[in-house]
Amino acid sequence: MSTSDDIAVVGWAQTPMVRHTDKSEVQLLMSVITDAIEPLGLTRADIDFTCLGSCDYITGQAFSFVGNLDAIGAWPPKRDSHVEMDGAWALYEAWLRLQEGDIDIAVVTGSGRSSTGNPALIYPMEMDPYFLAPIGADPVTFAALQARAVIASGIADERSMAETAVRARGKGTVDELLADDYVRQPLRRHDLPPITDGAAAMVLARGDRARELVDRPAYITGFDHRTECHNPSFRALDDSPSTRIAAEAAGLGSAPVEVAELQAAFTHEELLLRSVLGFGDDVTVNASGGALKENPIMATGLVRIGHAADHIFGGGNRALAHSTSGPCLQQNLVCIMEGRS
Amino acid sequence: MIPAAVVGVGQTHHKSKRRDVSFGGLVREAVFRALDDAHMTMADIDAVVLGKAPDLFEGVMKPELYLSDALGAVGKPMFRVHTAGSVGGTTGVVAASHVQAGKHKTVLAVAFEKQSEGNAQFALGSGKGASLGAGGSFAPFIRSYIHRSGAPEHIGWKVAVKDRQNALKNPYAHLRLEDISIEKVKASPMMWEPIRFLESCPSSDGACAVVITDEDGGKAAAADGRPPAWILGASSRSEPPAFPRRDPVRPQACLTCADDVYRQAGITRPREQIDMAELYVPFSWHEPMWLEAHHLADEGEGWKLTDAGETEIGGSMPINCSGGVLSTNPIGASGLLRFAEAALQVRGAAGERQVEGARTALAQAYGANSQYFSMWVVASSLQPFG
Repeated sequence: MSTSDDIAVVGWAQTPMVRHTDKSEVQLLMSVITDAIEPLGLTRADIDFTCLGSCDYITGQAFSFVGNLDAIGAWPPKRDSHVEMDGAWALYEAWLRLQEGDIDIAVVTGSGRSSTGNPALIYPMEMDPYFLAPIGADPVTFAALQARAVIASGIADERSMAETAVRARGKGTVDELLADDYVRQPLRRHDLPPITDGAAAMVLARGDRARELVDRPAYITGFDHRTECHNPSFRALDDSPSTRIAAEAAGLGSAPVEVAELQAAFTHEELLLRSVLGFGDDVTVNASGGALKENPIMATGLVRIGHAADHIFGGGNRALAHSTSGPCLQQNLVCIMEGRS
Repeated sequence: MIPAAVVGVGQTHHKSKRRDVSFGGLVREAVFRALDDAHMTMADIDAVVLGKAPDLFEGVMKPELYLSDALGAVGKPMFRVHTAGSVGGTTGVVAASHVQAGKHKTVLAVAFEKQSEGNAQFALGSGKGASLGAGGSFAPFIRSYIHRSGAPEHIGWKVAVKDRQNALKNPYAHLRLEDISIEKVKASPMMWEPIRFLESCPSSDGACAVVITDEDGGKAAAADGRPPAWILGASSRSEPPAFPRRDPVRPQACLTCADDVYRQAGITRPREQIDMAELYVPFSWHEPMWLEAHHLADEGEGWKLTDAGETEIGGSMPINCSGGVLSTNPIGASGLLRFAEAALQVRGAAGERQVEGARTALAQAYGANSQYFSMWVVASSLQPFG
């Protein structure tokens, strides 16, 4: 069943995901937007709306997204917006905008070059500036606190975390990994994400345009995001209520999903999210390797949606993608896509 | 598109340094006032949209994370917009889109800047201390406008005096220059030829919030004796920073955005159909430039409206009755303050600065190198033109 107002992912592309690139963010976006639209037979002139997701602090420069207008080719001027969030939220804004019904094609991006800075120095800056930022607690420290809570509640243990790392990266053995020293107990090197430079671009289309562009659009049937209180010490760290609410609102309960792509930068996060979402062994999680394999900040969530959409393009029926922001999974987004025969 | 209406407006008192409040306290002040105005509590809010200019201004990355509690966003969708200086306006446009798309019934839009806790000049220079400053960026555009239009030099001084006098009627405004005069503006130091010190915006701490709801919510407020401001059109446009033949005096993105918002609102004769406008005027000469780029005056004629006093409260096209960006400039919030003032005016709730009988109002914000534009047109009814 479909209506003229249905909105679907019809294509996407990502740059090579590398530890460091010498290309500017504009160059990355220039190529990845072209890679996303050209196979669909679209040009930049066909794009009705753009929304970019990026973060000045990752780039190390205020107004860093402004130059990215060159990559969009915003001439004549475009309906355009920017979110200081992962590209997954840029997709949310575009999805809302298309629902107004007057335009058909949107392109969203997520981009970040983490190699230009030191995450351990940058990330404390996103904490409450009066109490938490001054103590300089970095993401690994907060992740270790959450990992302890997740282990204490029986959702994970160090072995299942190592198994997650082996599966995501496809190298090493669990016993080898568990022989390593701790970085922050209980986290070892393999429990941590890599530092990645990269960008992704995605094309959304509405109604008949989606069906004209591809045989099997990935229809977005549910999309929701929620936030929680900021201070991790005021939260139950072995739970993720915002993920649960977002998934419910996105309609996870109405039918099973075959695959899920979860933005889990740390091994215990994947295990926690699986548990919160109630996934059994029948759901294939992070077949792409996920954020443990490649973690292009501000694009990681959008890439999850891309891999989930690929499942639909390839004939799958229902897929879920998740993105997150903030310390210990503070803010969470869930996007559910379906294919139609 | 589903009709949407502004039913609550709140803003902080603005100052150079709001040392009495944290970031959280600052946004809370605006949010409480907006909710009180809407006769609502946070429980009535389905989603929160937060806007502010670069995080480097204050040195807090992704402040929506820390502010989730103060914004009352816990358990709700919270969305963070950043489109340079236009961001306050874009916050209004995106929040309206949440309602117009039919996804949410009632949305809170909040924008803020607490510049005193950071170093905006450092951030504007990308942390390298090599910034032109906003005035330095825009002065060449203003010189070009003067050259093209043949406007006399006192036009900028008149705008500066008018907006500061309007600010005296706005209890929330930052600058309160009781003794402002043409002579004082003229005698103030030259900053960026031809922009003098008193023709420039201040640096403010402040926040603004508006509550946007759907048609039922707007009608319920009206039935309760609280007039809504109906959003007849909302739009954004952007163009690249620099290329041959780009015209920053009359940017195509501004013209296209104005055309779009007028088309949505059913406005065919903006000069007659719009009763007042809040335009983003951080430097005095932007008033005549923007009058022209919004079709409120013919090309080359904007300064004549200013010179004739038509842009004063009581004139035929009052501009920036709130005192404008020239009087109050918490950068990230400055755009939403324009949008909020337009709403107050058509609700008849603008106090001493009220334009008599204002039925339709235009609000605009622009950002970066005069590249990002966001606008909305609000009105006292859904069909103000019959």
